[in-house]
Amino acid sequence: MDFLPALIPVLPLLAFAVIITNGRRLGWSACLVAVGASLTSAVLAALVYSRVLLSHETLAWSFEWVRWGETALRMGVRIDGLGALMLFMVTVVGTLIEIYAIGYMAGDKTFSRFFAFVSLFMAGMLGLVVADNLLLLFVSWEIMGLCSYFLIGFYFHRPSAAAAGIKAFITTRIGDVGLLIGMILLWWTAGTLRFDELLLAVPALAGLGDAHVDLMLTAAALLIFVGTIGKSAQFPLHVWLPDAMEGPTPVSALIHAATMVAAGVFLVARSFILFAQFPAALTVVAWVGGFTALFAALIALTQNDIKRVLAYSTLSQLGYMVMALGLGAYAAGMFHLITHAFFKALLFMGAGAVIHGFHHVQDMRRMGGLWGKMPWTAWTFLVATLAISGIPPLSGFWSKDEILLGAFHESPVLWVAGTFTAFLTAFYMFRLFFMTFTGRQRDGEIHAHESPAVMILPLVVLAVGAALLGIPGSPWMGLWVQHSLDVPAYALAHHHHSNLVMGLSIAVAVAGIALAWLMYAPRPTIQPARVARAMGRLYTLSLNKFHIDEIYAALIINPTRALARGSFRFDLGLIDGAVNGMGWLQRALASLKGLFDKWVVDGIVNLLATIVQALSAVFGLIQTGRVHNYLLLASLGALVIACLTWWNMG
Amino acid sequence: MPLLTITTFTPLVGLLLILLFVDGRRVNTVRWMGVIFSFLPLLLSAAIVAVHQPSNPDFQLVERLSWIPALGIEYHLGVDGISVPMVVLTALLSFVAALGSWNITDRAKEYWIFFLLLQVGMFGTFVSLDLFLFYVFWEIVLVPMYFLIGIWGGPRREYSAIKFFLFTLVGSVAMLIGFLAIYFAVEPHTFSIPVLLGRTGSLPHTLQSVVFLAIFLGFAIKVPVVPFHTWLPDAHVEAPTPISVILAGVLLKMGTYGFFRIGFPLLPEGARQWSFAFAVLGVIGIVYTAYVAMAQRDFKKLVAYSSVSHMGFVLLGMAGFTLVGFSGAYFMTVSHGVLSGAMFLCVGVLYDRTHTRDLDAFGGLMARMPIYGGMLILFSCGALGLPGLSGFVAEFLSLLGAFGRHPWLVGISVLGIVITAAFMLLMMRRVLMGPLNERWANLSDISARELWSLIPLAVATIALGVFPPLLMHITDPTLARMLGIIGFEVAP
Repeated sequence: MDFLPALIPVLPLLAFAVIITNGRRLGWSACLVAVGASLTSAVLAALVYSRVLLSHETLAWSFEWVRWGETALRMGVRIDGLGALMLFMVTVVGTLIEIYAIGYMAGDKTFSRFFAFVSLFMAGMLGLVVADNLLLLFVSWEIMGLCSYFLIGFYFHRPSAAAAGIKAFITTRIGDVGLLIGMILLWWTAGTLRFDELLLAVPALAGLGDAHVDLMLTAAALLIFVGTIGKSAQFPLHVWLPDAMEGPTPVSALIHAATMVAAGVFLVARSFILFAQFPAALTVVAWVGGFTALFAALIALTQNDIKRVLAYSTLSQLGYMVMALGLGAYAAGMFHLITHAFFKALLFMGAGAVIHGFHHVQDMRRMGGLWGKMPWTAWTFLVATLAISGIPPLSGFWSKDEILLGAFHESPVLWVAGTFTAFLTAFYMFRLFFMTFTGRQRDGEIHAHESPAVMILPLVVLAVGAALLGIPGSPWMGLWVQHSLDVPAYALAHHHHSNLVMGLSIAVAVAGIALAWLMYAPRPTIQPARVARAMGRLYTLSLNKFHIDEIYAALIINPTRALARGSFRFDLGLIDGAVNGMGWLQRALASLKGLFDKWVVDGIVNLLATIVQALSAVFGLIQTGRVHNYLLLASLGALVIACLTWWNMG
Repeated sequence: MPLLTITTFTPLVGLLLILLFVDGRRVNTVRWMGVIFSFLPLLLSAAIVAVHQPSNPDFQLVERLSWIPALGIEYHLGVDGISVPMVVLTALLSFVAALGSWNITDRAKEYWIFFLLLQVGMFGTFVSLDLFLFYVFWEIVLVPMYFLIGIWGGPRREYSAIKFFLFTLVGSVAMLIGFLAIYFAVEPHTFSIPVLLGRTGSLPHTLQSVVFLAIFLGFAIKVPVVPFHTWLPDAHVEAPTPISVILAGVLLKMGTYGFFRIGFPLLPEGARQWSFAFAVLGVIGIVYTAYVAMAQRDFKKLVAYSSVSHMGFVLLGMAGFTLVGFSGAYFMTVSHGVLSGAMFLCVGVLYDRTHTRDLDAFGGLMARMPIYGGMLILFSCGALGLPGLSGFVAEFLSLLGAFGRHPWLVGISVLGIVITAAFMLLMMRRVLMGPLNERWANLSDISARELWSLIPLAVATIALGVFPPLLMHITDPTLARMLGIIGFEVAP
């Protein structure tokens, strides 16, 4: 029974295997396999959750995966309060998204492939949540990265979708190699990648007071955080997330809410022991998060594509979560992750229903007045918009308020930034809401209609969650959710409730909504265009997303391509050139040798022959063949010999 | 039963039968015989795995006969944990390549004769325990390969074949000199690897260092290590598909196997003195060739360069002098054999249909060839190191093992991982995604024969990726003992 939690990610994995190999045979029923698997996982997750909650025990099961010499790497599952809560969220939201997708993807030729990769995506996320060590977490993490690539680039015949898929994979991959190196560094420093062992090893190492060890562990923490920056789309690796909406809308909901981006935040929470011991790392985390929250909110103000606004709002909300972790408000950050999953999934699926009912138009400037035509979508969307804006008693209010409370106590600057971001959030979310649902439809050509029940039902369930889920985490119920996380002692920051923080956060939310009403109500008092003109350069900067994409193209992508071309030219020209040059040199030498052979070696041989020939010609003259000539020569010879003999004797 | 001799020379039997009894015009008979005699060694290699005891790091199935007694040269065969996987890999890829050779009808008799001779050389290299015998088999490989590229290759086949031959020959000569130096340095003179294992470690350090360089050159050209790699893209591009599979899958492994079998254990001090340079060359290979691969328009050249890039991990992992680094490097050797073989088959499937390898000429093929697309994606993901597939295990263990000695180099090498991901995805986009290029509107999906030559490789890459002990339980006892001989710590 101990391995039961391990089944939770395995079931969707099996669903993937079944669907991908039998896609054609299954046809429409592929969705039943996928939903069946995640529903069963959800039931198992509920069982696990209740058991962990009731007994406060940690479920663990593992097996030996790899061994070299005396060292073994074990793989397994470990579920504590944090993991159980995440399992609950991922399976519930994921299943609802899949049910919604049955309606949204109906009639698509690639229906079964879609459900195959969504199942694999779920398997990746669930594997990540249950993992008992960093390596298994990394494996799941990468599988999710691959699925994001396929699902974002799902309409692969569209070049923009294929490009967005690649952008997502490569950008997150930059973070991944940071995490990879961080893991290796951690292994060499702490000697383990298992979370339960790290809980003991890291404080022990930090207690040594060895500056070198501290440096290594801080570096490991920061490198692991680089992984989070990539996956949770924090500045400066945030560029992939807005483009990720090229995928079908249920995928956007999955990536932005239940899976993918939540993984990065979860990673920091899981390895929090490392961060908690080294304040330098925590500070970096807090500031990256705070900056991303504000930065993304500023961009969201001016976007006109309904999904793009939501994408930047995700960036901003993730910034809150990361900031919370960096400030030590561990439980608040995770609580916000859960509430955000519900209202953001709802927002995306609501936007999907709008797009679905509005014939795949995403530009809000053409919408308006959809309240009457899609009442269910509008009502549920309103709940989510209020929740993200931080209006009590909806879920977003409680979790955001607690983050701001943490910031108020830890870092006044971040508190101000966070509160200002809350104002911006309320403004741009209601700008979206008013532009889409109120007034009159600006593009009369399109006949909008409400979505089918299979899409509405998940919206309603999520709306209930988005409205009520904050209550268990509110001070009314004694922060029950936060305490159920089994927050480790090192991450427990007690902050006294502050009426100032709470009052101010409500005030800015209301102010944001009011400003949005003034500018985007059916009969606006302030003309948005005039505001835009007054803002001038700031407005264009926000509209163009601060030109980050262009800057990256100029500083990274183009130089990389140039370097690739240059390397190839170097390879052909210099290295292969040297090889060919060597070959040429040998041939040149060979022909020189040939010449030498021909003219010198052979020349000498020939010269000798010529000399012999010439001499023989000379001597041939005396070889006349006449006997009396020979006799004459013979007698002359004899005479010479006689003379010489006489001379010697004398 | 002399199992190793039988395995090594079974292809030779097939060769002789074809040579003596089959009329060259009967293409069908020739290729059936060729495939069958490439399949028998696969069965025999399974028998070797069954008989081999992984927990025993000694040489097993040893066969030892005197050959040239005056010089102490023996016919000495045997296997341990690092040769068994190579034998299996060779048998598997030879069979897969034999299936891939089915459509070769031009001078089929000669083709199969060379193909079978190639197998004899490869098996022999991996089971020899005598340096001289090793050298003989090593050189046997060269000749059929030269003809297979030079006769059945593409337009620039002669240039490529000669380049391959000369390049490798230069390395072989250096290697032979190294072997002779070892032979004369020990008393009594011997070529026997098991005898040398305990003795050469105490040779003077400068001698080891110089001899290591000579042997390194021989193996490095085969691997190939940058900057000795430029024969490879040419040879790959011109070679017919099945020969590319053998080239990437087995021939390159002869180089890395040489490091494992001879370079490191026989000359530990030499290896240690050069370890930093060794690692640097590995990292240059990983990063630099990844960039070069990114610039390719030719599908096959892209795969060839990415193949060179991956071999860099072998060098880096070995240079760490840890058991996990050695395991990772060896894992990469096997994983790369499977993956690069499969990638070249994938290129071949497309080339057979379109007669082009220009990446910009494709586009949107996923719509026409979904099964092919799925296979290409699977192997590309393996090559870019996706967890769950064999390439990841290899990269991770290599980097983990190298980090202790070369932390900064490991840090630089991950740049290659990112670049590899980039060019692999761009390749998939150019081939499979985007709008369908109308030229290929009637393309047929992968055939059953092609699919079945890919499936064993797909199974291998998934199995090794999910459960690495399949391979590691065979290799590790031997590698651990080797590190013991080299005399370095086994941690972490």
